Amino acid sequence: METNELIKALAADTRPPPASLSTVWWGAAALAAAVAAAVFLATLAPRPDLAAAAGTLRFLFKFVVLLTLALGAFGALRILSRPEGDLRKTVPLLMASPILLVAAVTLELFTTPSESWPERLMGTSNVYCFLLVMAIGLGPLSIFLLAMRHGAPSRSGIAGAVAGLLAGGIAGTIYVLHCTDDSPLFVATWYTLAIAGLSGLGALAAQRLVRW
Amino acid sequence: MDSSDDNELARLMRAAIAGDERAYGEFLRRAACLVRGFARRKIVNGGIDPEDIVQETLLAIHLKRHTWREDAPVAPWLYAIARYKLIDAFRRRGRRMEIDIEAIAEPAAEPQAELAREWEINRALESLAPGQRSVVAAVSVDGRSISETASNLGMSETAVRVALHRGLAAIARRFGRG
Repeated sequence: METNELIKALAADTRPPPASLSTVWWGAAALAAAVAAAVFLATLAPRPDLAAAAGTLRFLFKFVVLLTLALGAFGALRILSRPEGDLRKTVPLLMASPILLVAAVTLELFTTPSESWPERLMGTSNVYCFLLVMAIGLGPLSIFLLAMRHGAPSRSGIAGAVAGLLAGGIAGTIYVLHCTDDSPLFVATWYTLAIAGLSGLGALAAQRLVRW
Repeated sequence: MDSSDDNELARLMRAAIAGDERAYGEFLRRAACLVRGFARRKIVNGGIDPEDIVQETLLAIHLKRHTWREDAPVAPWLYAIARYKLIDAFRRRGRRMEIDIEAIAEPAAEPQAELAREWEINRALESLAPGQRSVVAAVSVDGRSISETASNLGMSETAVRVALHRGLAAIARRFGRG
Protein backbone atom coordinates (compact mmCIF):
# COMPACT_ATOMS: atom_id res chain seq x y z
CA MET A 1 0.00 0.00 0.00
CA GLU A 2 1.45 3.36 -1.06
CA THR A 3 1.27 6.32 1.33
CA ASN A 4 -1.17 8.10 -0.99
CA GLU A 5 -3.43 5.06 -0.89
CA LEU A 6 -3.29 5.01 2.89
CA ILE A 7 -4.27 8.69 2.95
CA LYS A 8 -7.35 7.88 0.84
CA ALA A 9 -8.44 5.28 3.37
CA LEU A 10 -7.81 7.58 6.35
CA ALA A 11 -9.70 10.49 4.76
CA ALA A 12 -12.64 8.20 3.97
CA ASP A 13 -12.88 7.18 7.63
CA THR A 14 -15.09 10.14 8.49
CA ARG A 15 -16.55 8.87 11.73
CA PRO A 16 -16.45 11.77 14.18
CA PRO A 17 -13.36 11.69 16.40
CA PRO A 18 -13.88 10.30 19.90
CA ALA A 19 -14.51 12.54 22.91
CA SER A 20 -11.86 15.19 23.56
CA LEU A 21 -9.14 14.39 26.08
CA SER A 22 -10.27 17.20 28.33
CA THR A 23 -13.78 15.75 28.61
CA VAL A 24 -12.39 12.31 29.34
CA TRP A 25 -10.07 13.60 32.09
CA TRP A 26 -12.82 15.51 33.89
CA GLY A 27 -15.08 12.48 33.65
CA ALA A 28 -12.32 10.20 34.93
CA ALA A 29 -11.57 12.52 37.87
CA ALA A 30 -15.24 12.70 38.89
CA LEU A 31 -15.62 8.93 38.62
CA ALA A 32 -12.39 8.30 40.55
CA ALA A 33 -13.46 10.62 43.38
CA ALA A 34 -16.85 8.89 43.53
CA VAL A 35 -15.27 5.41 43.62
CA ALA A 36 -12.80 6.43 46.34
CA ALA A 37 -15.60 8.01 48.41
CA ALA A 38 -17.77 4.91 48.01
CA VAL A 39 -14.96 2.59 49.14
CA PHE A 40 -14.31 4.87 52.12
CA LEU A 41 -17.96 5.01 53.17
CA ALA A 42 -18.40 1.26 52.76
CA THR A 43 -15.39 0.30 54.88
CA LEU A 44 -14.45 3.18 57.22
CA ALA A 45 -16.12 5.85 59.29
CA PRO A 46 -15.05 9.46 59.79
CA ARG A 47 -13.11 10.01 63.02
CA PRO A 48 -15.49 10.66 65.96
CA ASP A 49 -13.94 14.06 66.75
CA LEU A 50 -14.06 15.29 63.14
CA ALA A 51 -15.88 18.54 63.95
CA ALA A 52 -13.37 19.49 66.63
CA ALA A 53 -10.37 18.38 64.54
CA ALA A 54 -11.51 20.33 61.49
CA GLY A 55 -10.69 23.54 63.32
CA THR A 56 -7.09 22.60 64.12
CA LEU A 57 -4.16 23.78 62.04
CA ARG A 58 -2.58 20.32 61.74
CA PHE A 59 -5.75 18.72 60.36
CA LEU A 60 -6.31 21.53 57.88
CA PHE A 61 -2.70 21.30 56.74
CA LYS A 62 -3.06 17.56 56.08
CA PHE A 63 -6.15 18.19 54.02
CA VAL A 64 -4.58 21.06 52.05
CA VAL A 65 -1.29 19.29 51.26
CA LEU A 66 -3.11 16.23 49.86
CA LEU A 67 -5.63 18.27 47.92
CA THR A 68 -2.76 20.33 46.48
CA LEU A 69 -1.06 17.12 45.38
CA ALA A 70 -4.26 15.88 43.69
CA LEU A 71 -4.89 19.18 41.87
CA GLY A 72 -1.26 19.52 40.74
CA ALA A 73 -1.08 15.91 39.55
CA PHE A 74 -4.36 16.34 37.66
CA GLY A 75 -2.94 19.33 35.76
CA ALA A 76 0.33 17.49 35.10
CA LEU A 77 -1.44 14.36 33.88
CA ARG A 78 -3.51 16.36 31.41
CA ILE A 79 -0.29 17.79 29.97
CA LEU A 80 1.57 14.46 29.89
CA SER A 81 -1.25 12.55 28.18
CA ARG A 82 -0.70 14.51 24.95
CA PRO A 83 2.16 13.54 22.60
CA GLU A 84 3.84 16.96 22.86
CA GLY A 85 3.36 17.15 26.65
CA ASP A 86 6.32 19.04 28.09
CA LEU A 87 7.70 17.61 31.33
CA ARG A 88 9.12 21.01 32.36
CA LYS A 89 5.63 22.53 32.45
CA THR A 90 4.54 19.96 35.01
CA VAL A 91 7.32 20.73 37.51
CA PRO A 92 5.66 23.75 39.20
CA LEU A 93 2.37 21.85 39.42
CA LEU A 94 4.00 18.84 41.04
CA MET A 95 6.32 20.79 43.38
CA ALA A 96 3.61 22.74 45.23
CA SER A 97 2.61 19.91 47.55
CA PRO A 98 6.15 18.73 48.50
CA ILE A 99 7.13 22.35 49.27
CA LEU A 100 4.13 22.72 51.60
CA LEU A 101 5.02 19.45 53.25
CA VAL A 102 8.67 20.40 53.84
CA ALA A 103 7.56 23.75 55.28
CA ALA A 104 5.10 22.06 57.65
CA VAL A 105 7.65 19.47 58.79
CA THR A 106 10.18 22.25 59.48
CA LEU A 107 7.59 24.17 61.48
CA GLU A 108 6.67 21.04 63.45
CA LEU A 109 10.34 20.35 64.29
CA PHE A 110 10.81 23.92 65.55
CA THR A 111 7.64 24.04 67.65
CA THR A 112 7.64 20.61 69.32
CA PRO A 113 10.14 19.04 71.76
CA SER A 114 12.44 16.50 70.16
CA GLU A 115 11.42 13.77 72.67
CA SER A 116 7.92 13.80 71.12
CA TRP A 117 9.14 13.33 67.52
CA PRO A 118 9.27 9.51 67.40
CA GLU A 119 5.75 9.30 68.80
CA ARG A 120 4.47 11.92 66.35
CA LEU A 121 6.14 10.20 63.41
CA MET A 122 4.94 6.70 64.24
CA GLY A 123 1.42 7.79 65.28
CA THR A 124 -1.06 5.09 66.23
CA SER A 125 -2.15 3.86 62.82
CA ASN A 126 0.96 3.91 60.62
CA VAL A 127 0.83 0.64 58.66
CA TYR A 128 -2.94 0.76 58.67
CA CYS A 129 -2.80 4.23 57.09
CA PHE A 130 -0.29 3.09 54.46
CA LEU A 131 -2.40 0.09 53.45
CA LEU A 132 -5.72 1.94 53.42
CA VAL A 133 -4.49 4.85 51.31
CA MET A 134 -3.06 2.31 48.85
CA ALA A 135 -6.32 0.34 48.84
CA ILE A 136 -8.54 3.40 48.34
CA GLY A 137 -6.20 4.59 45.55
CA LEU A 138 -6.29 1.39 43.47
CA GLY A 139 -9.72 2.06 41.95
CA PRO A 140 -8.88 5.65 40.94
CA LEU A 141 -5.51 4.50 39.53
CA SER A 142 -7.22 1.94 37.29
CA ILE A 143 -9.63 4.60 36.03
CA PHE A 144 -6.76 6.98 35.23
CA LEU A 145 -4.82 4.27 33.37
CA LEU A 146 -7.89 3.61 31.22
CA ALA A 147 -8.27 7.34 30.54
CA MET A 148 -4.59 7.49 29.60
CA ARG A 149 -5.12 4.83 26.94
CA HIS A 150 -7.51 7.30 25.33
CA GLY A 151 -4.67 9.82 25.21
CA ALA A 152 -1.24 9.51 23.60
CA PRO A 153 1.55 10.05 26.15
CA SER A 154 5.06 10.12 24.70
CA ARG A 155 6.47 8.85 28.02
CA SER A 156 3.96 6.41 29.39
CA GLY A 157 6.05 5.47 32.44
CA ILE A 158 6.25 9.05 33.71
CA ALA A 159 2.58 9.67 32.93
CA GLY A 160 1.72 6.49 34.84
CA ALA A 161 3.74 7.63 37.85
CA VAL A 162 1.83 10.94 37.85
CA ALA A 163 -1.45 9.01 37.57
CA GLY A 164 -0.37 7.22 40.76
CA LEU A 165 0.28 10.58 42.45
CA LEU A 166 -3.21 11.72 41.47
CA ALA A 167 -4.81 8.50 42.72
CA GLY A 168 -2.81 8.81 45.96
CA GLY A 169 -3.78 12.46 46.35
CA ILE A 170 -7.47 11.62 46.03
CA ALA A 171 -7.24 8.59 48.32
CA GLY A 172 -5.28 10.58 50.91
CA THR A 173 -7.66 13.54 50.82
CA ILE A 174 -10.54 11.20 51.61
CA TYR A 175 -8.67 9.06 54.17
CA VAL A 176 -7.82 12.23 56.12
CA LEU A 177 -11.43 12.17 57.40
CA HIS A 178 -10.72 8.89 59.21
CA CYS A 179 -7.09 9.30 60.25
CA THR A 180 -6.42 10.61 63.78
CA ASP A 181 -2.65 11.09 63.38
CA ASP A 182 -2.30 14.76 62.51
CA SER A 183 1.43 15.51 62.81
CA PRO A 184 3.15 16.59 59.58
CA LEU A 185 5.87 14.09 60.54
CA PHE A 186 3.30 11.29 60.25
CA VAL A 187 1.93 12.62 56.94
CA ALA A 188 5.41 13.05 55.46
CA THR A 189 6.22 9.42 56.27
CA TRP A 190 3.17 7.19 55.94
CA TYR A 191 1.06 9.06 53.40
CA THR A 192 4.18 9.61 51.29
CA LEU A 193 4.99 5.90 51.37
CA ALA A 194 1.50 4.95 50.22
CA ILE A 195 1.46 7.58 47.47
CA ALA A 196 4.93 6.54 46.30
CA GLY A 197 3.69 2.95 46.15
CA LEU A 198 0.74 3.93 43.97
CA SER A 199 3.05 6.00 41.81
CA GLY A 200 5.44 3.10 41.23
CA LEU A 201 2.52 0.82 40.46
CA GLY A 202 1.16 3.40 38.00
CA ALA A 203 4.51 3.66 36.21
CA LEU A 204 4.87 -0.11 35.82
CA ALA A 205 1.27 -0.61 34.69
CA ALA A 206 1.31 2.27 32.20
CA GLN A 207 4.48 1.02 30.51
CA ARG A 208 2.66 -2.22 29.76
CA LEU A 209 -0.89 -0.97 29.14
CA VAL A 210 -0.49 2.41 27.47
CA ARG A 211 0.92 1.81 23.99
CA TRP A 212 -0.33 3.51 20.88
CA MET B 1 7.74 25.64 8.54
CA ASP B 2 6.63 29.11 9.71
CA SER B 3 3.56 30.24 11.58
CA SER B 4 1.44 30.87 8.47
CA ASP B 5 2.07 27.25 7.37
CA ASP B 6 1.03 26.10 10.81
CA ASN B 7 -2.11 28.26 10.74
CA GLU B 8 -3.03 26.66 7.42
CA LEU B 9 -2.47 23.17 8.85
CA ALA B 10 -4.59 24.05 11.89
CA ARG B 11 -7.35 25.40 9.63
CA LEU B 12 -7.34 22.17 7.57
CA MET B 13 -7.40 20.04 10.72
CA ARG B 14 -10.31 21.97 12.22
CA ALA B 15 -12.22 21.58 8.94
CA ALA B 16 -11.36 17.87 8.94
CA ILE B 17 -12.64 17.39 12.49
CA ALA B 18 -15.85 19.15 11.42
CA GLY B 19 -16.23 16.45 8.73
CA ASP B 20 -14.58 17.94 5.60
CA GLU B 21 -13.07 14.92 3.87
CA ARG B 22 -11.15 16.90 1.23
CA ALA B 23 -9.57 19.19 3.82
CA TYR B 24 -8.54 16.10 5.75
CA GLY B 25 -6.91 14.53 2.68
CA GLU B 26 -4.99 17.76 2.09
CA PHE B 27 -3.96 17.89 5.75
CA LEU B 28 -2.67 14.32 5.65
CA ARG B 29 -0.68 14.93 2.42
CA ARG B 30 1.04 17.92 4.02
CA ALA B 31 1.62 16.01 7.24
CA ALA B 32 3.16 13.16 5.22
CA CYS B 33 5.64 15.60 3.60
CA LEU B 34 6.68 17.02 6.97
CA VAL B 35 7.09 13.60 8.56
CA ARG B 36 8.99 12.27 5.51
CA GLY B 37 11.51 15.10 5.84
CA PHE B 38 11.82 14.47 9.56
CA ALA B 39 12.28 10.70 9.16
CA ARG B 40 14.89 11.08 6.39
CA ARG B 41 16.90 13.48 8.57
CA LYS B 42 16.77 11.18 11.59
CA ILE B 43 17.41 7.80 9.92
CA VAL B 44 21.06 7.99 8.91
CA ASN B 45 22.20 4.38 9.17
CA GLY B 46 19.43 2.79 7.16
CA GLY B 47 17.74 -0.30 8.52
CA ILE B 48 14.42 1.49 8.78
CA ASP B 49 12.47 2.69 5.76
CA PRO B 50 11.46 6.35 6.35
CA GLU B 51 8.22 5.65 4.48
CA ASP B 52 7.26 3.08 7.15
CA ILE B 53 7.59 5.84 9.74
CA VAL B 54 5.47 8.17 7.58
CA GLN B 55 2.69 5.61 7.30
CA GLU B 56 2.74 4.61 10.95
CA THR B 57 2.68 8.27 11.98
CA LEU B 58 -0.27 9.02 9.68
CA LEU B 59 -2.23 6.16 11.25
CA ALA B 60 -1.44 7.48 14.74
CA ILE B 61 -2.38 11.04 13.74
CA HIS B 62 -5.71 9.71 12.54
CA LEU B 63 -6.53 7.56 15.56
CA LYS B 64 -5.26 10.15 18.08
CA ARG B 65 -6.51 13.33 16.41
CA HIS B 66 -8.65 14.08 19.48
CA THR B 67 -5.39 14.65 21.44
CA TRP B 68 -4.72 17.82 19.41
CA ARG B 69 -6.08 20.97 21.08
CA GLU B 70 -7.83 23.15 18.52
CA ASP B 71 -6.16 26.29 19.87
CA ALA B 72 -2.64 24.79 19.85
CA PRO B 73 -0.10 24.82 16.98
CA VAL B 74 -0.06 21.65 14.88
CA ALA B 75 3.68 21.18 14.28
CA PRO B 76 4.81 20.34 17.86
CA TRP B 77 2.00 17.81 18.17
CA LEU B 78 2.72 16.26 14.78
CA TYR B 79 6.49 15.99 15.30
CA ALA B 80 5.96 14.55 18.79
CA ILE B 81 3.91 11.72 17.28
CA ALA B 82 6.53 11.16 14.55
CA ARG B 83 9.32 11.07 17.16
CA TYR B 84 7.38 8.58 19.28
CA LYS B 85 6.88 6.30 16.28
CA LEU B 86 10.51 6.63 15.21
CA ILE B 87 11.80 5.68 18.68
CA ASP B 88 9.35 2.77 18.73
CA ALA B 89 10.67 1.57 15.36
CA PHE B 90 14.31 1.82 16.50
CA ARG B 91 13.44 -0.17 19.62
CA ARG B 92 11.73 -2.91 17.60
CA ARG B 93 14.62 -3.00 15.17
CA GLY B 94 17.07 -3.34 18.05
CA ARG B 95 15.19 -6.38 19.28
CA ARG B 96 14.99 -7.86 15.81
CA MET B 97 18.74 -7.45 15.30
CA GLU B 98 19.42 -9.36 18.52
CA ILE B 99 17.24 -12.17 17.22
CA ASP B 100 19.09 -12.09 13.86
CA ILE B 101 22.44 -12.42 15.62
CA GLU B 102 21.19 -15.44 17.57
CA ALA B 103 20.00 -17.02 14.33
CA ILE B 104 23.41 -16.49 12.71
CA ALA B 105 25.12 -18.10 15.69
CA GLU B 106 23.22 -21.31 14.96
CA PRO B 107 25.56 -23.55 12.93
CA ALA B 108 22.69 -24.84 10.76
CA ALA B 109 21.56 -21.36 9.73
CA GLU B 110 21.64 -20.87 5.97
CA PRO B 111 22.13 -17.46 4.42
CA GLN B 112 18.76 -16.29 3.15
CA ALA B 113 18.16 -14.80 -0.26
CA GLU B 114 17.55 -11.07 -0.21
CA LEU B 115 13.80 -10.56 -0.49
CA ALA B 116 12.15 -7.65 -2.20
CA ARG B 117 11.50 -4.82 0.28
CA GLU B 118 8.16 -5.50 1.88
CA TRP B 119 6.32 -2.58 3.40
CA GLU B 120 5.30 -3.07 6.98
CA ILE B 121 1.80 -1.83 6.28
CA ASN B 122 1.14 -4.64 3.79
CA ARG B 123 1.98 -7.24 6.42
CA ALA B 124 -0.46 -5.54 8.79
CA LEU B 125 -3.08 -5.41 6.02
CA GLU B 126 -2.67 -9.13 5.30
CA SER B 127 -3.22 -9.98 8.95
CA LEU B 128 -6.73 -8.44 8.93
CA ALA B 129 -9.94 -10.46 8.86
CA PRO B 130 -10.98 -10.97 5.20
CA GLY B 131 -14.00 -8.63 5.41
CA GLN B 132 -11.99 -5.73 6.83
CA ARG B 133 -9.11 -6.41 4.45
CA SER B 134 -11.27 -6.22 1.31
CA VAL B 135 -12.92 -2.98 2.49
CA VAL B 136 -9.59 -1.30 3.36
CA ALA B 137 -8.02 -2.47 0.08
CA ALA B 138 -11.00 -1.28 -1.99
CA VAL B 139 -10.94 2.22 -0.47
CA SER B 140 -7.16 2.63 -0.45
CA VAL B 141 -5.47 0.62 -3.22
CA ASP B 142 -8.42 0.64 -5.64
CA GLY B 143 -9.45 4.19 -4.70
CA ARG B 144 -13.17 3.36 -4.44
CA SER B 145 -15.67 5.52 -2.57
CA ILE B 146 -17.62 4.21 0.42
CA SER B 147 -20.80 3.80 -1.65
CA GLU B 148 -18.99 2.01 -4.54
CA THR B 149 -17.34 -0.33 -2.04
CA ALA B 150 -20.70 -1.01 -0.43
CA SER B 151 -22.39 -2.00 -3.68
CA ASN B 152 -19.36 -3.99 -4.94
CA LEU B 153 -19.14 -6.04 -1.76
CA GLY B 154 -22.90 -6.24 -1.16
CA MET B 155 -22.66 -4.50 2.20
CA SER B 156 -24.48 -1.52 3.69
CA GLU B 157 -22.58 1.78 3.74
CA THR B 158 -22.65 1.74 7.55
CA ALA B 159 -21.08 -1.73 7.60
CA VAL B 160 -18.37 -0.51 5.18
CA ARG B 161 -17.61 2.49 7.42
CA VAL B 162 -17.39 0.30 10.51
CA ALA B 163 -15.14 -2.25 8.76
CA LEU B 164 -12.90 0.55 7.43
CA HIS B 165 -12.54 2.14 10.86
CA ARG B 166 -11.86 -1.14 12.65
CA GLY B 167 -9.51 -2.29 9.89
CA LEU B 168 -7.41 0.89 10.15
CA ALA B 169 -7.29 0.63 13.95
CA ALA B 170 -6.15 -3.01 13.67
CA ILE B 171 -3.47 -2.07 11.13
CA ALA B 172 -2.18 0.59 13.50
CA ARG B 173 -2.01 -1.96 16.35
CA ARG B 174 -0.15 -4.54 14.28
CA PHE B 175 2.13 -2.17 12.40
CA GLY B 176 5.73 -3.38 12.52
CA ARG B 177 4.83 -6.29 14.79
CA GLY B 178 3.98 -8.80 12.05
